[in-house]
Amino acid sequence: MITIKEYVAPESLEEAYEILMSGKTNLILGGFGFIKMGSRAVNKAIDLCNLSLDYITETEDEILIGAETSLRALEINDIIRNYCGGVISQGVSNIVGVQFRNMAKVGASVFSRYGFSDLLPSLLVLDAKVRLYKGGLMNLDDFLERDFEKDILVEVILPKKKGMAVYDCIRKSTGDFPIINGAIFKGENGQYRIAIGSRPQRAKLAIKAAKALENGDDIEAVVEIIPEELHFGTNIRGSKEYREDMSKALLSRMYGKVGV
Amino acid sequence: MNMTLTINNKKVTLDIKPDEVLLDTLRANGYLSVQRGCDTSSCGLCAIWVNDEVVLSCTYLTVRAANKNVTTLEGVQKEAKEFADFLADEGADQCGYCAPGFIMTVLAMAKELNNPSEEEIYHYLNGNLCRCTGYKGQIRAIKKYLEFKNN
Repeated sequence: MITIKEYVAPESLEEAYEILMSGKTNLILGGFGFIKMGSRAVNKAIDLCNLSLDYITETEDEILIGAETSLRALEINDIIRNYCGGVISQGVSNIVGVQFRNMAKVGASVFSRYGFSDLLPSLLVLDAKVRLYKGGLMNLDDFLERDFEKDILVEVILPKKKGMAVYDCIRKSTGDFPIINGAIFKGENGQYRIAIGSRPQRAKLAIKAAKALENGDDIEAVVEIIPEELHFGTNIRGSKEYREDMSKALLSRMYGKVGV
Repeated sequence: MNMTLTINNKKVTLDIKPDEVLLDTLRANGYLSVQRGCDTSSCGLCAIWVNDEVVLSCTYLTVRAANKNVTTLEGVQKEAKEFADFLADEGADQCGYCAPGFIMTVLAMAKELNNPSEEEIYHYLNGNLCRCTGYKGQIRAIKKYLEFKNN
């Protein structure tokens, strides 16, 4: 059970950050979906709703996604749907149901670095960056490697890459947590990026496997690199060995879909 | 803390707790169509609309609905009855416990999607669980309802 002593909706990022840092049990609400499932006593729950962070816009080189954008918006927004084969929309469309996706926020989903995230693999293969209020701009893969540190994720930035990307997953039923998921990007210049998530740890790039594809290695050989390169583990949804085997099937399937 | 919101087109001021969710607020104020199911954002039984977007009231903090329009099944009686007749005709409404959240989601879908395919209907309703039916009757009812609405 979660208890909240005070709800605050600051008018600026600076104010939000100050409140966040002013108490150990102060937190950013995000969509409240996963916070609600936990058990803790929150002093101040900070809602970023007044900070105009609900947007998806594009410049010549980038797509900018505000932290308060809902996962449903990612699913149906035309800019995102038309970007690299709509890989981001594909990924998030598997998360629970429309009602949940209307509430869940991009910022919370990325900042929390959930292992089961259906958003992170797609963002990773697309070279996403995150902008943190204090931490500044950094590559998503660097951010995912870091330890948790209190900050506010302001926006996710996608470089406008030319190519095609595909998301796929293995799960027992639609809307359930994935047993394993992943994404692959194939650039027009022959570049590959592969990310595997729900290992059950947070998503990670498979750099050696991607390089092997770029070198023209056969996919049957490349899939064998995944369990060597990435660490897999066991949880209630699947064993380490099962995930290792399924990672090969997943990559093979995604490779077939992204266009050989 | 005091807050003002609109429930089914009626402006109300309520005294709520900061950690209160809409499911509890609505039920405490007599909107008993809103059902408590899983309480973990999984089953869709508690679905309502906030500013015309379908959300889960078990996970929506009431304070976040300040100055917004909240709609429950009681606020869409005419449309709900219209669709419920199609459910009844197809034998798709057995215990009825999931029906309010299910109907709120179907009505939201009817407003949002233009002529959805069967696959799109299933996808939109992923978040609504029913343990009595096999969903086939519900899909038949939705298709017939949408056909009726389009004509």
